[in-house]
Amino acid sequence: MAAAKTTSEIDWHAGIFRALKAADIRQIPYVPDAGHSDLIRSAQADPIMKAYPLTTEEEGVAAAAGAWLGGERAVLLMQSSGAGNCINMLSLIAACRFPFLALVTMRGEWAEFNPWQVPMGRATQGAFELMGVSVRRVSDTGKAETEVAAALDDAFLGEQPVAVLFSQSLIGRKTWIK
Amino acid sequence: MTTQNQGHNSGHVQGTLDRRAVVRAILHDRKKLLVVTGLGSSSYDAMAAGDDPRTFFLWGAMGGAAMVGMGLALARPDDHVCVITGDGEQLMGLGSLATIGAQKVKNLSVVVLDNSHYGETGMQSSHTGLGVDLVGIAAASGFSWSARLSDMAGVDALRPRLHRADGPGFASIQIAADDPTRVLPPRDGVFLKTRFRETLGLGPI
Repeated sequence: MAAAKTTSEIDWHAGIFRALKAADIRQIPYVPDAGHSDLIRSAQADPIMKAYPLTTEEEGVAAAAGAWLGGERAVLLMQSSGAGNCINMLSLIAACRFPFLALVTMRGEWAEFNPWQVPMGRATQGAFELMGVSVRRVSDTGKAETEVAAALDDAFLGEQPVAVLFSQSLIGRKTWIK
Repeated sequence: MTTQNQGHNSGHVQGTLDRRAVVRAILHDRKKLLVVTGLGSSSYDAMAAGDDPRTFFLWGAMGGAAMVGMGLALARPDDHVCVITGDGEQLMGLGSLATIGAQKVKNLSVVVLDNSHYGETGMQSSHTGLGVDLVGIAAASGFSWSARLSDMAGVDALRPRLHRADGPGFASIQIAADDPTRVLPPRDGVFLKTRFRETLGLGPI
């Protein structure tokens, strides 16, 4: 069960959502993650945003390109285990110089119960960087909004691909034995 | 041995339609139709029908054509978007049919030129040639309409549907497994992107 949320947790997600709204993000393709659940709910409740689930993260890379072709901005929400799924599709971003931003919640790096999460968690940053995506890290809830706002500028004004990784320590220890 | 479905070539009939004639017919009098083509032969077919800035030709991103179309269709609710791709390309992005069907993207259609083979790589048989039914998958994924077309009358009847907002729609067109002379679209992705956006009144950054 999710514990009651502290004020800083609520502010953190609200801050990211404020940044997405300020940048006029219209499409939120996502593969769900518990760490993104508040953000997904906010996007679904927004009258202008279109938030939609994907079967695999690479679909969101292609959808973000299509959105930009049509004049909208998309941001992909995903978990670190999906970074590898994106690799070849990121060629589309590089070849056409599409703006791209992924907000990635980390697994496999801090208080991780599931060893199967560890290999991709360790490789997440490297996988993005291999494909030319610049990677930032947020480990402090107080910096989430400004970091996302800066990444939005770099993606949509600077036309570069960016991934922002949210440290697993922000999400907190997961309770496995229920 | 029991008499279970053996999978191999079960019920498959190779198509006979000329892929170039099919794509020419689909794009005839295309009006404001926005088109995304899958890598390989589908891009060559669309180019052979006439270069157009409203066509976004993919040269890679295999499995991504339908999702590029979905992102575009959501961004342009008053326009109609048609994805033209091959069976191999669509098979690589099978999940995207579920994603599109789940969202009921009304102004999007996906047209698969199905020759049941991987034409770019030596004509190996694809899954559709081995009995996999893409039309059934689209229907089961929630597409509003889906059709298997094996004659030009069907293709001609398809054209007006691409301009209606009652999708998502899916058509599998049974084409011959041939390899016509390549007609290559531009492969500069930045150019393709910029000119596509320009026709929609969207400037460079």
